[in-house]
Amino acid sequence: MQALFSQLVAGLSLGSILLLAALGLALTFGQMGVINMAHGEFIMAGAYTAFVVQGVIADAGISLLLAIPLGFLVGGLMGVILEATLIRRMYYRPLDTLLVTWGVSLILQQVARDIFGAPNVDVRAPGWLSGSIDLGITQVPAARLFILVLAAAAVIGLSLVLKMTPLGRRIRGVVQNRDLAETVGISTRSTDRLTFFIGSGLAGIAGVALTLLGSTGPTLGTSYIVDAFLVVVAGGIGQIKGAVIAAFGLGLLQATFEYSTTASIAKVMVFVVIVVFLQIRPQGIFSVRTRSLA
Amino acid sequence: MTDTTATSCGKLRRNYGVLFGFVLGALALLVLAPAVLSDFRLSLLGRFVCYGIVAVGIGLAWGRGGMLTLGQGVFFGLGGYVMAFHLKLADAGPSGVPDFMLLYGSGHLPIWWEPFRSPVVTLLGIVLIPSLVAFGLGIAIFRRRVRGAYFAILSQALAAAFAILLIGQQVTLGGFNGLNGFRSFFGFNLYDPVNKRMLFYIAAIALLAMLAVVWQLYRSRYGELLIAVRDQEERVRFLGYDPANIKLVAYVLAAAMAGIAGALFVPIVGIISPANVGVVPSIAFVIGVAIGGRATLFGPVLGAIAVAWAQTALSENFPSFWSYFQGALFVLVIAFLPAGLSSVTLLQRSLPRRWGFGTRGGSLSPPPSDAGSLLSPEPDLSGVSAGTETGQ
Repeated sequence: MQALFSQLVAGLSLGSILLLAALGLALTFGQMGVINMAHGEFIMAGAYTAFVVQGVIADAGISLLLAIPLGFLVGGLMGVILEATLIRRMYYRPLDTLLVTWGVSLILQQVARDIFGAPNVDVRAPGWLSGSIDLGITQVPAARLFILVLAAAAVIGLSLVLKMTPLGRRIRGVVQNRDLAETVGISTRSTDRLTFFIGSGLAGIAGVALTLLGSTGPTLGTSYIVDAFLVVVAGGIGQIKGAVIAAFGLGLLQATFEYSTTASIAKVMVFVVIVVFLQIRPQGIFSVRTRSLA
Repeated sequence: MTDTTATSCGKLRRNYGVLFGFVLGALALLVLAPAVLSDFRLSLLGRFVCYGIVAVGIGLAWGRGGMLTLGQGVFFGLGGYVMAFHLKLADAGPSGVPDFMLLYGSGHLPIWWEPFRSPVVTLLGIVLIPSLVAFGLGIAIFRRRVRGAYFAILSQALAAAFAILLIGQQVTLGGFNGLNGFRSFFGFNLYDPVNKRMLFYIAAIALLAMLAVVWQLYRSRYGELLIAVRDQEERVRFLGYDPANIKLVAYVLAAAMAGIAGALFVPIVGIISPANVGVVPSIAFVIGVAIGGRATLFGPVLGAIAVAWAQTALSENFPSFWSYFQGALFVLVIAFLPAGLSSVTLLQRSLPRRWGFGTRGGSLSPPPSDAGSLLSPEPDLSGVSAGTETGQ
């Protein structure tokens, strides 16, 4: 019973990390159909933001809380610059966008290496996140619980923006039918840019959160980007709940397989499960109904 | 053959152009390179030739078939590891156990290593194992019409999973270090410079053979169908063909080529490790193809060899500069020259058609935005509009 419960916690924790990394991707991929491989480097940028903020403000708690909005800004601004310079020109070539943004991610990794050096840097966790919290049956590291809460807050915040605000209405309109949205007067250009800002900003927040779990290096993003994309593929595009279910589903699966085998075999098994799952639902868990033939 | 207006005379001339390219390539690889290059440089070129073989397959699957496969490293690795199993076992002698297993493990040979003692099984395995994996994955993916970006992501995830799996198997697969330290190749001593030259010739001939196979495919009815699937998959389906089968053939062929390349890579370079097969090398295979011109016959190979050469030349001396250069090259070529360097306008007018760089694979420029927005009611995830054929 206790083993089961600790697996459950491990899975949920892994799922929340995946969710933070994938949430922004699900948004940008869902709206624009572009695959942004540089998303991982936005995560890295968020992590380095936390590092820089801590260099200025010594108090670990305040610097962490300050780094979250700053990481959002840094990631978001990088995303807007990328969108305005490159992605905007390539909307009808989704596969090429993937390769172009991969080139961008190579450059960003090297920039990080030149600025911060190749060795990893560490961000100190505040005292109130360094212990464990007793949940009765099992212990949960406070940092992981914090990430779980942060992921939940990000999902709720994003849903509120999408459901309640005029911007959210425009985004949903563009996701459902871009041409019709344009016809009724929505500026898809500015909507796209704002979506990219929010999506990339979420990557920045993910980066700040990841500093609580380990050290930060130039290749931090690459280790999460593939899993984040798998979450998006399995979850289906255009709806946040797909990403949420897929992230926690994959996290729990990975934790379960890891319990019975090894971490590396678990990764392969999760991949097989996704391919099999796509046999049943090729469009992922949820997808926006369209009249396209795809 | 795509342009219906071409006279048979024009076709004939173009065939001569491709044949001329083959003769030129054969002369350069089989006569010129061995004559002027030192042993070290020649074996370096041999490694690039292996990348070239992978590039031929990617050109087929991606340039002609529209399947952006970011997981060719998996098939490269499967071929390479199968070859490495055999070389390790041959070095260990009959009923011997490879040295690293004695070092790390119990010294017992896993049962699935045994078949690769036989050279015949090994040679078959190099082609069949990557093909079967590609067939299994391809049939699952293409039948359910998972394509475009989804296919690219899945193929990349496969590469990631494969590399992680290999790293985890320290005892049976050498883990992070991979398999290395081979002494002989089917009975020939690998330290002998003559045999190393022989390996280069084998790789070069394999490359030319793959190019010939792909050239004949491009000229065939199947080649036409493959391009049709790339550009308008639904139309092909409505015409009564099954696009899944058409794509599957190209994907399996590309995998087999990558497997053969991996098998040749092992004796030439002397190592195969997870670092040669994961996500990053898999995308690196694609760079060369993109830069050389994905839908052309010779472009992918030339691009792959040029990029690999540039990487060796630049990254040794300026590692930081190489990363910027590689990234910038990728961005600039794909964003502004989607059909690769061989599409530079001036060349496109004159040389390429005659030299087999022709745009028969279809120009890969995006549709004009007004037409594009009419044609694709969705932000097009399927990627089919990526290669819409604009007037030839």
